[in-house]
Amino acid sequence: MAHVRPIATTRSATGIPTARLAVWWILASEVVIFGGLLGVYLMHRIGHPEWAEAASHTQTWLGAINTFVLLTSSFTAVLAHQAAEKGKGKEAAKLLGFTILGALMFLMIKSYEWYGEIVAGYTITANNFWSFYYTAAGLHALHVIAGAIIMGFIAVDAYRGRELHRVEIIGIYWHFVDVVWIFLFPLLYIAK
Amino acid sequence: MLELVQASTYAASIDNLILFIGIIVGVWFLLAEGLFFWLIWKFRAKPGEKSQYLVGNEKHVKRWITIPHALVLVCDVFIVVGAVRVWYNVKQQLPEPDSVIRVTGQQWAWTFQHPGADNELDTSDDIFTVNDLHVEVEKTYHFKLESRDVLHSFSVPVFRLKQDAIPGRSITGWFEPTLIGEYDVQCAEICGIGHGVMAARIHIDDANTHAAWISSASAATTP
Amino acid sequence: MADTVADVHQHEAHGHDDHHHDQSWLEKYVFSTDHKIIGMQYMFTGIFMAVIGGYMAYVFRMQLAFPGISVPGFGQVSPGEYNALITNHGTIMIFWVAMPVLIAAFGNFLIPLMIGADDMVFPRINRLSFQIFFLSSIVLLGSLFVEGGGFGGAWTSYPPLSANGDYNQTQLGASLWLIAVALEFVAFLLGGINFITTLMNSRAPGMKAYDIPLVCWMIVIASILFMLSVGPLLAGAVMLLFDQTLGTGFYDPARGGDPILWQHLFWFFGHPEVYVVLLPAIGITVEVMATFARKKIFGYKLVLYTAVATGVLSFFVWAHHQFIAGIDPRMANVFTITTLLISVPIAEMLFVMIATLYGGSIRLTTPMLWALAFMAEFLIGGVTGIFLGASGADIYFHDTYFVLAHFHYTFFPIAIIGSFCAFTYWFPKMFGKMMNDTLGKIHFWGTVIPFNFIFIPLFVLGMGGQHRRIYNFQHFPQIAGPEYFQLRELATIALLVMLAFQLVFFYNVISSWMRGEKAGKNPWKANTLEWTTESPAPHGNWPVDELPTVYRGPYEYGHPDREEDYWPQNLPN
Repeated sequence: MAHVRPIATTRSATGIPTARLAVWWILASEVVIFGGLLGVYLMHRIGHPEWAEAASHTQTWLGAINTFVLLTSSFTAVLAHQAAEKGKGKEAAKLLGFTILGALMFLMIKSYEWYGEIVAGYTITANNFWSFYYTAAGLHALHVIAGAIIMGFIAVDAYRGRELHRVEIIGIYWHFVDVVWIFLFPLLYIAK
Repeated sequence: MLELVQASTYAASIDNLILFIGIIVGVWFLLAEGLFFWLIWKFRAKPGEKSQYLVGNEKHVKRWITIPHALVLVCDVFIVVGAVRVWYNVKQQLPEPDSVIRVTGQQWAWTFQHPGADNELDTSDDIFTVNDLHVEVEKTYHFKLESRDVLHSFSVPVFRLKQDAIPGRSITGWFEPTLIGEYDVQCAEICGIGHGVMAARIHIDDANTHAAWISSASAATTP
Repeated sequence: MADTVADVHQHEAHGHDDHHHDQSWLEKYVFSTDHKIIGMQYMFTGIFMAVIGGYMAYVFRMQLAFPGISVPGFGQVSPGEYNALITNHGTIMIFWVAMPVLIAAFGNFLIPLMIGADDMVFPRINRLSFQIFFLSSIVLLGSLFVEGGGFGGAWTSYPPLSANGDYNQTQLGASLWLIAVALEFVAFLLGGINFITTLMNSRAPGMKAYDIPLVCWMIVIASILFMLSVGPLLAGAVMLLFDQTLGTGFYDPARGGDPILWQHLFWFFGHPEVYVVLLPAIGITVEVMATFARKKIFGYKLVLYTAVATGVLSFFVWAHHQFIAGIDPRMANVFTITTLLISVPIAEMLFVMIATLYGGSIRLTTPMLWALAFMAEFLIGGVTGIFLGASGADIYFHDTYFVLAHFHYTFFPIAIIGSFCAFTYWFPKMFGKMMNDTLGKIHFWGTVIPFNFIFIPLFVLGMGGQHRRIYNFQHFPQIAGPEYFQLRELATIALLVMLAFQLVFFYNVISSWMRGEKAGKNPWKANTLEWTTESPAPHGNWPVDELPTVYRGPYEYGHPDREEDYWPQNLPN
């Protein structure tokens, strides 16, 4: 049975399209999840100056490359949104494809990085710095994976010229994933 | 109904605070419930009588909400002042101790470390007991509360005293017994399967009996 | 762009009513995206869980009153089983009964009907939300039967006890319990986003912010509160799960962790959670009171503003659960002040309820009795909370049965009385039949009177110094006397009576559903939009071209210009 969109979804008493409104509320709930985790991490970090030693074993330059990769992928997401606004579905799909590529690259670099750290003995149980490191970055990586998968579906739809408004929605989400990383990178890698 | 023994210097102040709050909220409670049931009776549906149309925005009508609102706030201030005064005396301000003991919780027993004859904790004549705490009446005690595994809570209802024990920390509190007798110590924080049997007794003795206990216990533990 | 998309949707939406003729039973009732069916699914899952939670209460109350007996229908209760029973009773009643029934079931059922929409804005996310919730229920119930038994570390799940299998001896049960709770949170986050966006965007033409029925406002404010408070706990739950399964040391002091951290995360969520369930119950009660007192709500905006104020304040009171937990004693003073401040908006809401009765024409139908009982009983819960919020008194009362009786006097009116109130009031709209009023009243008195006989003795026991979560009080000579045991037996017998009277309810529901009198569109002569459609409402709620338009607020009862004492929202004049 084809899904029929209810009339409720097409109404807009606030003037904001429903999907955009919803994604902002999703982001609000995500902000408190990451905010809680990072707040707790910060409080512990301040209470444990000795974690600086553990933090010095993170590979800052790999983190920096990943920051660059994510920022670039956000940029292609913006271009995809612009293309979708003009109704160019195929163009938007191609640009979303680049964004997904960026996500994959981010994950590959991340895996390489973790592999090296785990082999060197810095596992999640090594000490509480590493526990926070893997939990926070892992939670973020889960969001990258989920975002990339959803973006795949939206790209396929966009290629066929359907549901073009969703390109903007996934873009907003993708910027959020990017912003979380912008907070994670200095807190986990740079702070010594 | 149930007899409540007050066996510490601050037990009465906590009880009085409870009574004080009880009177304030009791009056509010009776007024509100009384008015509520009276209104239900007074404005019960009567045939042919239509309800009144009140918006509740007019100033003289709104007074029915704003005046109680202000009164609640005033009562709150009184309760806060009373509560903070009691809290300050029990938990924040520790008087100089006559003696210091250590209370250690573990799954599922209390270990009490008494200072022994020299009245110094952590010396060779300390007396360790399990589930029996011996103190002397009308002496001020500091206790150092610790835990070996999970959270426990050191609760002596007759003292109106309660404090959680946290592994990795030592929390200092105080009490001064005022009544001779033997009372319950409960664990007030769930600590696993044996939580319900983590019962200890506190023995409050006069100076002579307590001294006699110290010498007999020291003799028993000296190798 | 938004406009063009909306046009496309409008076009699609017009083909609405000819899509649902040839649905299979599974499509219609199990995998439905209709908000009313999803609401029912939540409701029946909630009722089923309530029966289990009630059974647990029966087992451990028997053990407490008659220690060591073989409880009929269970057998002898071991200390480990006792802990698992109380833990899961609390978890189930809050997360699997109060939340799904009050917020998810009535939120789903009522919001689209009351704002004149044909469905939720995201029907498939709505269905996903229920499916995750259903999965979480299965995981929770499954956790009771794994090796080692169900988790027994209390619903607050404080580490290190909950974090380490060596301490709690229910390694698997503890992890499954935590996973179930986390899944349940995710389900309610998805549901909440739906409620919020639906209310914000999909109101009927003409319905302004202050024309929205209060119960919709309350459910949405509760969803926002939930969403903003649960995040840190979700992160904390992941950390606790890693402590349990991977062996990290987030909460282990020996490895630089902090067990108190969990308490902060838990209660930063846990206290707003009280208001998350309270607000919908207040909304329901206010709705029912207006209808049966035939009165406009005394100060609609006041209720709304106090609800928001309560919500904001509730983020600053959490540490009153931790006065004696080893936090800095100076912090207790700050939290005493904030806690007592929150009594002001709550008192105001109750004043509004009382004032609404003034000048009314009160009809004591079954739903109205439940609504009045909510007010009368919740007040007891409210005033006893003052003792616990005052730090000095809490030193004695903390973790005694006084606390237990206090929060049952809040949660029982909220979750049980509030749900029965809503259920009996909207039953005609849900099933198209009237409930039997006599049986309804028998059930009402048979529930409310024994309820007081359960918990007033527990107040007394708490004042006598009896602590919570202890499976056999015979080990404590001071509280093992006959006068203590008489009170415990009284509470247990009252519980048995109350549980027995629930059979009347189930009988009434089934018999009214089968052979009840037909309800008609608007049996209570109420104003809100759900009463303008058929009972039960069809798929899409109204025919597509008859979706209502709103001309006035929801509580225009007894208007002097009208002959009728009610004035539905959708009538032009």
